[in-house]
Amino acid sequence: MIGKSPIGDWVESAVNFLTVHAEGFFEGLSTILEAVVNSFTWMFQLGPFWMLIAILTIIAFIVGRWSLALLTGIGLLMIVWLGYWEATILTLSLVLTSTVLSILIGVPLGILSGTINGVSKVLRPLMDFMQTMPAFVYLLPAVILFGLGIVPGIIASVIFAVPPTIRLTDLGIRQVPQDMTEAANSFGSTPWQRLWKVQLPIALPTLMAGVNQTIMLSLSMVVIASMIGAQGVGTEVYRAVTQLKIGQGFEAGLAVVLLAIILDRFSQRLIKSNHARH
Amino acid sequence: MSILSVRGATKIFGTQEKQALELLKQGWSREKLAKEKQATVAVNQVSFDVQEGEIFVIMGLSGSGKSTLVRMFNRLIEPTSGEIWIKGQDVAKLNSSSLRQMRRQSIGMVFQKFALFPHRSVLENAAYGLEVQGVRKSERMEKAMEALRLVGLEGWEQKRPDELSGGMQQRVGLARALANDPDILLMDEAFSALDPLIRRDMQDELLDLQQKMKKTIIFITHDLDEALRIGDRIALLKDGEVIQLGTPEEMLMNPADDYVERFVEGVDLSKVLTAAHIMRRPETISVDRGPRVALQLMRDIGISSLFVVDRNKKLLGVVTGELASEGARRNQSLQEVMITDELPLVSPDVVMNDLFALSGTAKLPIAVVNADGRLLGAIVRGAVLGALAGHVPNADNQAAPASVQAEGAHESELPLTITAEGGVER
Repeated sequence: MIGKSPIGDWVESAVNFLTVHAEGFFEGLSTILEAVVNSFTWMFQLGPFWMLIAILTIIAFIVGRWSLALLTGIGLLMIVWLGYWEATILTLSLVLTSTVLSILIGVPLGILSGTINGVSKVLRPLMDFMQTMPAFVYLLPAVILFGLGIVPGIIASVIFAVPPTIRLTDLGIRQVPQDMTEAANSFGSTPWQRLWKVQLPIALPTLMAGVNQTIMLSLSMVVIASMIGAQGVGTEVYRAVTQLKIGQGFEAGLAVVLLAIILDRFSQRLIKSNHARH
Repeated sequence: MSILSVRGATKIFGTQEKQALELLKQGWSREKLAKEKQATVAVNQVSFDVQEGEIFVIMGLSGSGKSTLVRMFNRLIEPTSGEIWIKGQDVAKLNSSSLRQMRRQSIGMVFQKFALFPHRSVLENAAYGLEVQGVRKSERMEKAMEALRLVGLEGWEQKRPDELSGGMQQRVGLARALANDPDILLMDEAFSALDPLIRRDMQDELLDLQQKMKKTIIFITHDLDEALRIGDRIALLKDGEVIQLGTPEEMLMNPADDYVERFVEGVDLSKVLTAAHIMRRPETISVDRGPRVALQLMRDIGISSLFVVDRNKKLLGVVTGELASEGARRNQSLQEVMITDELPLVSPDVVMNDLFALSGTAKLPIAVVNADGRLLGAIVRGAVLGALAGHVPNADNQAAPASVQAEGAHESELPLTITAEGGVER
């Protein structure tokens, strides 16, 4: 007979260790992230709701002409009509915060992984792990380290959503034709110059596809994170589910879907306009 | 003066480069190394010197190691061993910042598939090398513009590379390399991706540019015709080794071994042989002689015309038997009777292909003269066709157009002249 595995115990003691010894770090991080989310929410609520919708619609028109503008305008109005405007603003702030964080972490890691084979060998299985481990599992250590609220939600969604950005940045860097890096080298570029002036611009469309996926994944995770107190539309969905309110659940779910479609089309559009400039 | 000296340059690909190198030095064959050590000897102990201002062609089939070799010159590929001297520095031993400096200032590179940066305009592409050096924007744009003008791309500077045709894209590649004003230009199969006609144009333009800019060009190609057209000297590479190095003519006339011979077999001679190859020693007379001397000389040699030259062997005209005897009757000087208009003249590097028309219509022998008007030789009727049939009069004395162009390189070919004493000497 094989005894019960001790892995669970190890993870628990690791988390406990961190709680005790790195409390200051986690508190500081917590404060920063909360401030970021709050400033997003504050920014979105500067004016009345129709003003924000108007501004976003205009931006949509600039980025993607009529189809995107219509989708954005009507979609957001519909969210208002469904009664989830406030909650959606909060969710959007969470998604944006975790996306920004994912880009800040994911792009440099992706560059390293695309440049150094050793890094990619370590990161690859780690990312497989991060993506296939059921998302709920991240919530527990996040709660223990950061307490209930929006911050563990963000942390969990970053862990869940960062892999596509890393993977596709890696891919983008690797896909830069060899003769272009050779050309950059042959004219005496420093490694930084090569990265900024040649590799990253050429990898950008691929990288952006990764960011698009990261946005979608963090939205889905933010909804789940409502279980640990990350406020937003997810909270409404969660409440409806626990109270077996089918209609309310559907409406809240619809708001999530609308937000998801708008975010997706927006980021897709940005990728395409990037392509067009090439 | 040699600007690039390669000494024993060797590149082995494999996990144990150094060990494989030792084994190679102990006399292991390429095959044995590949089989037992999984080491590929791409370049094997290559040594040569490239002279300043020449177009040095490295030719070989794919897999012969030519691209690896050229990448060792600017260390895009690290040599396993050997020395590469450029301007008094061994590139193989430079640290990374000196290497960068060398790449920025001394070596430009042009790539087979252009390797232009798609996100940059044509102008920004051409300015790239200056940009990484930190040259001010206005200055680098100006220099890049100048380089674009040089390759004939004025008016296209704001386009993206993918809006240009292949030939134009490679001009951008050339401009990008020239904008830095490097001493050495490495061209890795630079024209191989282009259509044949555009390729010819680019070759011609490269030769023009070379005339103007006097850069040292190291040109990689697998195409013998291309090598013969543009190369001052050619190094033929096989299995990573130089198996023959010489002028295009030497390659054709004296192939070093069967491999070279097979390589050069299919060459169209009419595109390769030049006036210098098929010309003969001209029969001449000094202009201060009289018509009677000319007549006597013609009778002695048994020909119907003579080239009239001055003391410096400069061609002044042609005198025929009829004109000479008429001049003798009227007591005129040679200067007065000789034909000076519409003499059939060619320079020594004109290829035979371009000689056909002239040799078909010319009534007088064709005079081969250099840029200063000095008479180098004569092409008599039948010589052109004879050469095509395989009879090359100068094959044995290795007359090469490149060297004939050089001042006084071939004293033995100076025209036969009558000296003041009336004797005939060379």
